[in-house]
Amino acid sequence: MARAFIKDEERVDWHDGALWYIREKRDIAAKQIPEWEQLREAASMIKSNVISNLHDYLLQFEANLKKNGVIVHWADNAEEHNEIVYSILKAKEINHMVKSKSMLTEECHLNEYLEERGIEVINSDLGEYIQQIDHEPPSHIVLPCIHKRKEEIGELFHEHLGTEKGLSDPTLLTRVARKHLRNIFLTRRGALTGVNFAVAETGEYVVCTNEGNADMGAHLSEVQIASMGLEKIIPQKKHLGIFLRLLARSATGQPITIYSSHYKKPRKGQEMHLILVDAGRTRQLGRADFRDSLKCIKCGGCMNTCPVYRKSGGLSYQNTISGPIGAILAPNLDMKMHADLPYASTLCGSCSNVCPVKINIHEQLYKWRQEIVKEGYAPTSKTLGMKTMAWTLSSPEKLTTAGKAGRWFLHNVPFVVNNKFNPWYRQRDMPEGPKESFAEWFTKNSPKK
Amino acid sequence: MTVGLFIPCYVDQFYPNAAKATLQLLQKLGVDVVYPLNQTCCGQPMANSGFEYLSQDCNNRFIENFSSFDYIVGPSASCILHIKEHLHSDKNEEQAAIIRTKVYELVEFLTDVLKIEKLDAFFPHKVGLHHSCHGLRGLHLSQMSELNAPAFSKPQYLLNMVSGLEQITLDRLDECCGFGGAFCVSEEAVSVKMGKDRITDHTKNGAEYITSSDLSCLMHLEGILHRNKSSVKIIHIAEILNATI
Repeated sequence: MARAFIKDEERVDWHDGALWYIREKRDIAAKQIPEWEQLREAASMIKSNVISNLHDYLLQFEANLKKNGVIVHWADNAEEHNEIVYSILKAKEINHMVKSKSMLTEECHLNEYLEERGIEVINSDLGEYIQQIDHEPPSHIVLPCIHKRKEEIGELFHEHLGTEKGLSDPTLLTRVARKHLRNIFLTRRGALTGVNFAVAETGEYVVCTNEGNADMGAHLSEVQIASMGLEKIIPQKKHLGIFLRLLARSATGQPITIYSSHYKKPRKGQEMHLILVDAGRTRQLGRADFRDSLKCIKCGGCMNTCPVYRKSGGLSYQNTISGPIGAILAPNLDMKMHADLPYASTLCGSCSNVCPVKINIHEQLYKWRQEIVKEGYAPTSKTLGMKTMAWTLSSPEKLTTAGKAGRWFLHNVPFVVNNKFNPWYRQRDMPEGPKESFAEWFTKNSPKK
Repeated sequence: MTVGLFIPCYVDQFYPNAAKATLQLLQKLGVDVVYPLNQTCCGQPMANSGFEYLSQDCNNRFIENFSSFDYIVGPSASCILHIKEHLHSDKNEEQAAIIRTKVYELVEFLTDVLKIEKLDAFFPHKVGLHHSCHGLRGLHLSQMSELNAPAFSKPQYLLNMVSGLEQITLDRLDECCGFGGAFCVSEEAVSVKMGKDRITDHTKNGAEYITSSDLSCLMHLEGILHRNKSSVKIIHIAEILNATI
């Protein structure tokens, strides 16, 4: 997948540049706050507390939701979550629903599930809407269609919304989308949003958007549903100050999202539902080396800084959450299917440094590799190669023989090593083998001690 | 003070000049250097691929070879970091723990242990400094661009002592070159693209040489430079610090 993306080098350069620009904006925003590193530390500690006391916080949150008049549901997995949403809508005979950005429902494939049952879902976030009409999943958790050129979006709008052919001006396209979505908001009786932060102390939840689309959907709906992963809890309302300051700066370099909307009680005549979803999260919580991945607040900062992500595009990861954080979350969901993701990294560590909750992402990638090999998901050829390498490298005699053979090959029969079966050689030359190794030179030139 | 010189396997085999420069530089600075001939590898190639359990023999051999020295110094940030973070032993964990604290990459040994303030070195060229990720984010040889923290750079501090040398400024200060061990062949297309883009940053800013404290990054960049018939050369930082008129 990454190889296919990278073939269009002009697109790669532009994708890389766009995301690097956001990384730079993030750096500027972070460096304007003298206490930035303390904020990250505080957020990390609060989330440590949350995941270590999740059971109690969830019960407290549930009790407060109920007190506020919100109907609470628990879903063990994606299927259960989808069934719950369907049953809520069906009871109210709702056939059209508007959804604002929610990665969880992407993870659960809710749209497909509901559509098969005759319920139409429209994603109201502009980027997600573009991805939806193109029948593609989001390629980035914050910037869903960052891999698309404006001309491609113009073409999609021409096809689906009847805009003039060749129109690619972002402002004009946005206006068309807004007009179209406005009508959707006005006619939908059901609305679903994601959750950025769920406050255990008060039973309220906070949704952060720049477009206000979550609010539009929620405020006009008869039935408002929120879906959240279990890990989205924060203990107290006062902790929001820390997380809201970190989230937008890490995500896009903005001081704060345009809308940070607090939802607490249903309006008169409105029904409010909240679905708490596990879908593998408690399993991850039980993995000592990987539980900290649950601290993630989904800012996407690790994707923007990751050079592998920038050059590969999010869709190459073939997981709802892509990039470095996706590569440590995905193996928990299906280790066999995602066995290659922890290897799609140079372990450069930039992700861990930008992470607002200080998840040790690159260390977890290293640990997932050990886990994947231990569980037998490494290809046999790789295992054999590694065993040979370990055998050669464990003894100086064997290494000297292999090294001499290696350098002899480089000197005398370059095509043996330098051929198309060696991926190194496709676009790179091998190092020019020296006449003698350092050890050989040293033995010849140093007085014996 | 006796220093055990650790020359990683691929440096020994492919880049003996960097190893010679490391040895000569340390000797010039008055250090008693011993090179144990039975050394092999730090075990990182296996461990980074997920086969840490296969690196036990390498680990035990490393401990046998190096436990008797006051310090262990090597010209490869990545291998040194691997020892620091992952050297364990089923036979002698106590020694492994001690070694993890006394192993140094060459640059940090010069700045933090020897605390050198001047060098008799001459290298009249425009040089771009490539921060290897393991040196930067693992060993903290320089401040990392992601953090809101005061800037410093140990390799830059040393390069500033070299007369005639002009350091170029990069657009992206410390981005990964894409080598990444087995990554460079398993994700060949992405790896090469990352390498090409790093090289462009150096060449458009006028570098004649790209230097680093890690030869693995440089080997990857050299492969691309050579294939594209570029006149830009790679050179290990030890060779610059050891260069004289």
